[in-house]
Amino acid sequence: MTKQQANWSPYDNNGGSCVAIAGADYCVIAADTRMSTGYSILTREYSKICKLADKSVMASSGFQADVKALQKHLAARHLIYQHQHNKQMSCPAMAQLLSNTLYYKRFFPYYAFNVLGGLDSEGKGCVYTYDAVGSYERVGYSAQGSGSTLIMPFLDNQLKSPSPLLLPAQDAVTPLSELEAVDLVKTVFASATERDIYTGDKLEIVILNADGIRHEYMELRKD
Amino acid sequence: MFRNQYDTDVTTWSPAGRLFQVEYAMEAVKQGSAAIGLRSKTHVVLACVNKANSELSSHQKKIFKVDDHIGVAIAGLTADGRVLSRYMRSECINYSFTYESPLPVGRLVVQLADKAQVCTQRSWKRPYGVGLLVAGLDESGAHLYYNCPSGNYFEYQAFAIGSRSQAAKTYLERRFANFADSSRDDLIKDALIAVRETLQGETLKSSICTVAVVGVGEAFHVLDQDTVQQLIDAFEIVGEPEGPAAEPEPEPEPEPDAAAEEGTTADQGAAPDQGVAPMDI
Repeated sequence: MTKQQANWSPYDNNGGSCVAIAGADYCVIAADTRMSTGYSILTREYSKICKLADKSVMASSGFQADVKALQKHLAARHLIYQHQHNKQMSCPAMAQLLSNTLYYKRFFPYYAFNVLGGLDSEGKGCVYTYDAVGSYERVGYSAQGSGSTLIMPFLDNQLKSPSPLLLPAQDAVTPLSELEAVDLVKTVFASATERDIYTGDKLEIVILNADGIRHEYMELRKD
Repeated sequence: MFRNQYDTDVTTWSPAGRLFQVEYAMEAVKQGSAAIGLRSKTHVVLACVNKANSELSSHQKKIFKVDDHIGVAIAGLTADGRVLSRYMRSECINYSFTYESPLPVGRLVVQLADKAQVCTQRSWKRPYGVGLLVAGLDESGAHLYYNCPSGNYFEYQAFAIGSRSQAAKTYLERRFANFADSSRDDLIKDALIAVRETLQGETLKSSICTVAVVGVGEAFHVLDQDTVQQLIDAFEIVGEPEGPAAEPEPEPEPEPDAAAEEGTTADQGAAPDQGVAPMDI
């Protein structure tokens, strides 16, 4: 008797790519705005980026229904934190909360591939990258989603952090300026759009720095 | 109120049909320091007296933000108030999560009242010893509710609870007809004057009172001490609180000896009707 297979899946992949780059005093988080299912486009204008706290912004690709539920969950937890501590959550704290929230559903995961960007308590840029069940690491830059295999190698080439094995220990943040980092992000998405069918339409960029939050948009190929 | 054989348990009725434990809980509210609330069509203001036990200690927090559109001032057992605030915050967050819209104030106070009622009908519980003035804004406008330990709740145009609140209530009763159309600043001024009434001659300074506002386009927040002191200084110069029309342009120069002018206006009402069961009010 052959093993029974499920004839229905609770998950769907809505595609898209997300990137984040940490700088000395800024952080750039970007994602495309295309939402797909199978070979069809559901919409060209869906934001995958969510501001969780003053200094924490999350971009998530994968199954957007799970992403939405995850964002709502984190927003509610953040509100509770603010009531109890009378202040906003720091980015490292939010990073740990996100990890715990994801692992909580270890046996029915959020189909969300997240990258969290923000400023740490010293004002330096920080990026945390996750898998679907909460394994995370602080890095200088990261890409997730359908275009990540195209984007990540290019970022490695341009930004490769010094090996953590080298002494003296060096910062994971990129030496690039804010404008250079934004430019790099635009370049990287334009490239990914060429070959990844799930990435395109429009690019949404969020820049976090000491002055606050800024948004930028760029058109991408719509095919 | 006197000790009798029917007041040990909250689940014991007296022959006169009273639950003494609940009434005693309401006494606890009267012992707490004063809290005042007033509303107009677009704003609600909460103000309370913050007395520290000694110069060395900080004062207790009596005003809590529950959500962007709701705040609460408490009088009585502060610990009970804190727990109920946490419950209210939790309810607001859950409602927002499910319905993506703010919890209507009227719904919240009913839930709070039902929670208080449970404690009046269980032998292993005791009533909450705290009165709450819930100030909030929703689609149906600005609201001020009073929730008491008995599980009753009422909506008010203006109200005061806690010790010496009768003085504030008398002032509010004189002026409440004007509140509906008051501007935000006039409402805050009236709240501060009402607080001053409860102080019985003591100088009103921002270090002993806390003021919070919620209104159309204005999330619930507690005003910082400097702002409150400026507002106090601005109207202290007026002196007589029974002035016929509220002055729209307060004078900027501060008047440190305004305390002398307040002596006559402190209106100490006699201890409220002792024979009538408070729940009848």
